Amino acid sequence: MTSGYAIVAVLVVALGTILVGTYGLRVSRTTSDFYVASRTVSPWWNASAIGGEYLSAASFVGIAGLIFAYGPDMLWFPVGYTAGYLVLLTMVAAPLRRSGAYTLPDFAEARFRSRGVRAVASILALAIGWLYLLPQLEGAGLTLNTVTGAPDWLGALVVTVVVTVNVMSGGMRSITFVQAFQYWLKLTAITVPIVFLIIAWQVHGSESLTKPEFPTFRQDTEVSFHNQTMIHAEQSIFIKGTGEIDGTHIENTGLVLTDGNHRIGQGSEFTFPQGAPVPHVSTMAHNTNAMWALPESSGQQFPLYGAYSLIIATFLGTMGLPHVIVRFYTNPNGTAARRTTLIVLGLLSVFYLMPPMYGALGRIYTPELLMTGQTDAVVLVLPTRMIEGIGGQLLGALVAGGAFAAFLSTSSGLVVSLAGVLSQDVLRLGGVRGFRISTVLAGIVPLAMTFVSTGMPVADMVGLAFAVAASSLCPLLMLGIWSTRITKVGAIAGMLAGGVPALTAGLVTMFTDTGDAWYEVLLSRPAAWTVPLGFTVMYVVSLLTQRHVPPGVQRTMVKLHAPENLGLDGSGPSSSDERS
Amino acid sequence: MTTPPPQRPVPKPTQRVVVTSPRTRAPRARRPYSGTREINEQSELGAVYMRTLIRAQRRLGLSVCLVACGALGLLPLLFSIEPELGKFRILGLGLPWFLLCVATFPMLLLAGWFYVRQAERSEREFAELVERP
Repeated sequence: MTSGYAIVAVLVVALGTILVGTYGLRVSRTTSDFYVASRTVSPWWNASAIGGEYLSAASFVGIAGLIFAYGPDMLWFPVGYTAGYLVLLTMVAAPLRRSGAYTLPDFAEARFRSRGVRAVASILALAIGWLYLLPQLEGAGLTLNTVTGAPDWLGALVVTVVVTVNVMSGGMRSITFVQAFQYWLKLTAITVPIVFLIIAWQVHGSESLTKPEFPTFRQDTEVSFHNQTMIHAEQSIFIKGTGEIDGTHIENTGLVLTDGNHRIGQGSEFTFPQGAPVPHVSTMAHNTNAMWALPESSGQQFPLYGAYSLIIATFLGTMGLPHVIVRFYTNPNGTAARRTTLIVLGLLSVFYLMPPMYGALGRIYTPELLMTGQTDAVVLVLPTRMIEGIGGQLLGALVAGGAFAAFLSTSSGLVVSLAGVLSQDVLRLGGVRGFRISTVLAGIVPLAMTFVSTGMPVADMVGLAFAVAASSLCPLLMLGIWSTRITKVGAIAGMLAGGVPALTAGLVTMFTDTGDAWYEVLLSRPAAWTVPLGFTVMYVVSLLTQRHVPPGVQRTMVKLHAPENLGLDGSGPSSSDERS
Repeated sequence: MTTPPPQRPVPKPTQRVVVTSPRTRAPRARRPYSGTREINEQSELGAVYMRTLIRAQRRLGLSVCLVACGALGLLPLLFSIEPELGKFRILGLGLPWFLLCVATFPMLLLAGWFYVRQAERSEREFAELVERP
């Protein structure tokens, strides 16, 4: 679906992002401006910025793709991404802001007065950030590939360059403007097309989405396979075209694809007849549309464990994402931090109404993606497929622009926070120059990783980043804020006990083929066992090492929990200074 | 307002009325009152003040979280125990779709709004407590 309009849209988004960023450059001058926008951002700006930053490739294209392929079990992704903010609001928003630190390692040091805790938190924040950046870059590659046919690495390169230049020149102040702009752009880009798509669906006779039949081709459909693919056909289909099936090469002739599994060679192009049931990737569950619409239809082993693990990872992981946390320091005080979070909850709720609709319509209009396995492309392909002519192309361009905005904004936020951690904790370079060097490094590492990574699904990797955050940084924040008993030793032990297994489990699933082994789900969805592990180890080890409770913990607690306007800082008798 | 209504100049015998200054919470210069000083000086009483605030906020946060997330967390179990529930339809949508796509978000927002209101209230009460001379 190469389209000139889509290329223009992607270019406009990239240039617009740079322009808005340059505007920010004029107003950001000091080091403090660079890191946290001098803490003068209003709740609405800040909330839009958080929304813009948070709605990533996984939200914009990934969720719709997963729902399209696996049904309502995947609705836990949008629900979890939103509910994570309720947990963040109720447990950490205000104290986190009141801690007055710039980054998560700063919080760790302020709370525990320990370089050790800080170092472990820094390493985990870096690991989570890079894990999260990788799927953004791969998603950008996929989008550019779908709309223009450009090679996969080009999208990743474009995103890295735009983001790095932008962050280097403007810092966080400009990023706040950019991010706020990106949220509204993304909301428009996903809402306007779905309105037209639903009208089109009604005009086409509002065909039922849950018929007791397999998805079928609506017209003769030409499908190209970019990769070698194992597909499963439900019944024999007569196909035509050029390519390789089960090792046999055919050249522009017809062939009966018998029911069962077949291996389609890379670069094959076949035309499938109208009305035939769509074969699908062999690893997907064999579902009619009616079965697809029911819970536990994804064909996963131990669906209940999988669902709960996903719930735990997303509900608790949000607060541990470095780019989300850094936003809280731009609120003027704890009360504003809470209000900002509440607004974010509203903004996300509106956005997440849309992706499931794309997923459901995809079952009728773009079923061939079930066969090529490019389910993430459903949002991008639907508009041009459902609406004929220039209207569909313009809507397709809007969606492509929105998707690109998603990659740009999330990557920007991640690069800002990673650069903060890198310059303060790893390179130990202060000032604006240190921040700029760190920015380049923060962008280059994941770009290099995209060349060696093995092309795992976008949503899986994002889920992994959430699981690692939930198992390591979430216990640090939750227990650190609400309990005075946590010690340095306990904090370090807990972060490692939760974070290391989660990270290892994820890397094993990504780089090796665990296949159908019974423990596969324990590795691909580790949160349900690593999160309790992290919490328990942190608390128990702390109880065993009570002699190492950090000094001045009561004062820290005053700082974290007392409203700012009371002149309470717990810093001793001389604190009668009321100017704040 | 406990002051008597102002006297109109009707009655003959001139009276003297004592007017006390009404206690208002209007802005006044803030000085460290005893509660703030207790906390800043790390006294036992100050620690009690802080513990009360932290406990109240922790209980509020945990209960809002547990009610909202707990309600959501029951759903997978429910659909697993009683698969027939998945076929039930509301407003033309299957029950899981209705609950997770439509009903969840207003519920989360309501929970968040309630939490913000209560948390700000308990901070106000804390402020009144420690600023009392």
